[in-house]
Amino acid sequence: MIDSKVKSILFAGVGGQGILRASDIMCMAMMEAGFDVKKSEVHGMAQRGGCVTSHVRYATKVYSPLAEAGSIETLVSFEKMESLRYLKFLSKDASIILNTEEIYPPAVNMGDAEYPDDVIGFLNKNYPKVIAFNAAELAQKAGNIKAANVVLLGAVSNLMNVEKSVWENVIKKSFPQKLVKLNLDAFQMGIAA
Amino acid sequence: MKKELMSGNEAIARGVYEAGVRFAAAYPGTPSTEIMEEFAKYDDVYAEWAPNEKVAVEVAIGAALGGVKALAVMKHVGVNVAADPIFTVSYTGIEGALVIISADDPSMHSSQNEQDNRNYAKFAKIPMLEPADPQEAKDYVSLAFQISEQFDTPVFFRTTTRVSHSKSVVTLSEPMMPEDKTTLTHNAEKYVMVPINARTRRVEVEKRQKALKKFVETFPENKMEINDPEIGIITAGMPYNYAKDVFPNYSYLKLGMVYPLPEKMIRNFASRVKKIYVIEELDPYLEEQIKAMGITVTGKDIFPYTNEFDPGIIKNAIHSDLQGSVSPYKQSLAQRPPNLCPGCPHRGLFYALKKSKAYVHGDIGCYTLSYLKPLEGLHSCICMGASIGMAHGMSKALKVKGKGKVVGVIGDSTFLHSGITPLMNMAYNLSDALIIILDNSTTAMTGMQEHPGTGYTLMGKEAKKIDLKVLVSALGIENIKIIDPNNLKETQNAIKEELASSGPSVIIAQRPCVLFKRANIKSQTSLKVDPDKCEGCKSCLGLNCPPISWKKGVTKEGSKRKGVSFIDATLCNGCGLCAQVCKFEAIS
Repeated sequence: MIDSKVKSILFAGVGGQGILRASDIMCMAMMEAGFDVKKSEVHGMAQRGGCVTSHVRYATKVYSPLAEAGSIETLVSFEKMESLRYLKFLSKDASIILNTEEIYPPAVNMGDAEYPDDVIGFLNKNYPKVIAFNAAELAQKAGNIKAANVVLLGAVSNLMNVEKSVWENVIKKSFPQKLVKLNLDAFQMGIAA
Repeated sequence: MKKELMSGNEAIARGVYEAGVRFAAAYPGTPSTEIMEEFAKYDDVYAEWAPNEKVAVEVAIGAALGGVKALAVMKHVGVNVAADPIFTVSYTGIEGALVIISADDPSMHSSQNEQDNRNYAKFAKIPMLEPADPQEAKDYVSLAFQISEQFDTPVFFRTTTRVSHSKSVVTLSEPMMPEDKTTLTHNAEKYVMVPINARTRRVEVEKRQKALKKFVETFPENKMEINDPEIGIITAGMPYNYAKDVFPNYSYLKLGMVYPLPEKMIRNFASRVKKIYVIEELDPYLEEQIKAMGITVTGKDIFPYTNEFDPGIIKNAIHSDLQGSVSPYKQSLAQRPPNLCPGCPHRGLFYALKKSKAYVHGDIGCYTLSYLKPLEGLHSCICMGASIGMAHGMSKALKVKGKGKVVGVIGDSTFLHSGITPLMNMAYNLSDALIIILDNSTTAMTGMQEHPGTGYTLMGKEAKKIDLKVLVSALGIENIKIIDPNNLKETQNAIKEELASSGPSVIIAQRPCVLFKRANIKSQTSLKVDPDKCEGCKSCLGLNCPPISWKKGVTKEGSKRKGVSFIDATLCNGCGLCAQVCKFEAIS
């Protein structure tokens, strides 16, 4: 049964982490599963070490590619502190998938600002479901640290009602042949995380 | 038909191809760039990067006068550059067809202003279509070419960042086979815009306006949905989707053509609903025209003038009693401003410029990012090509006070876009300023597009490569130096010498962008800080290079230092600039 209520997922992280590729794969999986799907992100200056976000929305019919603040059910944060930047977009009962990797912003590198401590504790206190793990380490085990984005996709796929085979088909189509096995392994590690 | 997940820009390129169009010219600019890159991939097309938007439009006009269907593509501010030919081709019309795409950037995600280019349609008396999503983007661009042919007019096609860069499911159509209608048609009264002919054409424009106003009343992409008769929303483009998301049951008049407006249809809609909201980003463009029809509407008195909308903004504007969503996290978070890449050739140049204490006029490109702390390498930025004229003007106005203190910087692509004329002016008007051309061999900011200085065309053909030194010399500049900006000493000396010399000078700082694949830049071994030698002076941090950070508390016993620098080996590309900055030989 396809739900007519629009579901929204927010991907967030830092330029260069493969966020746009991950949200593309999710969109193609939702499309193959028979949903209408839209996604939105901003290209350009944000790619140079800046914050990157991507909204993905699916249902029988989707109008807006951007979700209303306070309505997003799932946040996939590719970096620890970035999860805190977008909480106003989440619904109060949102689920959060969190890569615990830390990437310091320039002000922290310069010693002018502190990296926030106990991010996971804060999220656990405010949201019912927080799944936190180091996706970069798992990706390294799968064979390449760059596959952290696919590890995170595996984790978020547990929260979505789409057959695993659909995801795997899309992953097969999204990477050159020699990288398919690595990414399927990364996806499986995310499911198990 | 086949369905594909497409961005608005990919869909526009597909729509142009489906319409049988095989000719396009453009200058890259976010959010428009991918339209041309995607179009160039189709079979049997001719696509070119022109040096600027004015040339792109003129190339497209020439093609259209030869009988083909031609496209010109640019970002919103590019239309300012191209405005001169656009206002007059509105008078002449064309033989084939001409569509001009303006990609606007509400919220200024990658732009210096957020001008609303719907105003250009009204100003230049050129019809304009505006899609709301990738499917419409593909379909409407075909309609734009049909309208251009039918009414002998250029047609504007407006997209915004959210339409261009969002992705959704698009149903493809069978491409139309292009017909060869190329011909040389002599018609001087129509195309030679001397006053006597222009006056005649001016009257034709008003006749065309009248015909278009009639046409637009039955244009099928202006759509009325009568649901709840209490509230009606008049809107166009992406804001339609935002409004439908939060108010699915209101009545809608969604305009696919935003110039000219369908007055009868709007009056009809107004008679069928009680209260009308006009929902549009940026200017009260629709609102003012609808109010001028004598219809009462609510618009910018509740909706913002600035930035793009989203569903929440629209909901909260109409229901001001609702509390907007707030974050439970109350502390401030360190920002992540965009930064120059590790190994970027601009870093050394701006580090040296800051030391020179000059006033630096900037331009449009990655290097504009160097204005941020700690580099603080430039002090103004207005538009493409402006740095040279501004440096000259400031230097002239300040006379002796400005001697040796005024610099303009400009990228290679930007220089060829609109820097040549002002540099010629500097030579002609005996300027005293210093111009630095940041030649990284590509158009880096928008993603490595070719230009007349790269030696290749958009179609991948080898081409004549402009020699910047020869060009600068031909413009009348005598003091010219070529330097490597990664050699800090050479760079500092060149800046010092040229600031001290009289007359106009140009330094060409040559080193390819680190991300430029054709330059084949191999990463060098990453550098390390020797914590025993590091005195903790933080000089290297002044480069604002992403891999370099500061570790507090890591000090030798008995040292006065509060910490040492640290280089993240996974990010460092080994350019060696920090080693040149370090006074204690702690980096190697």
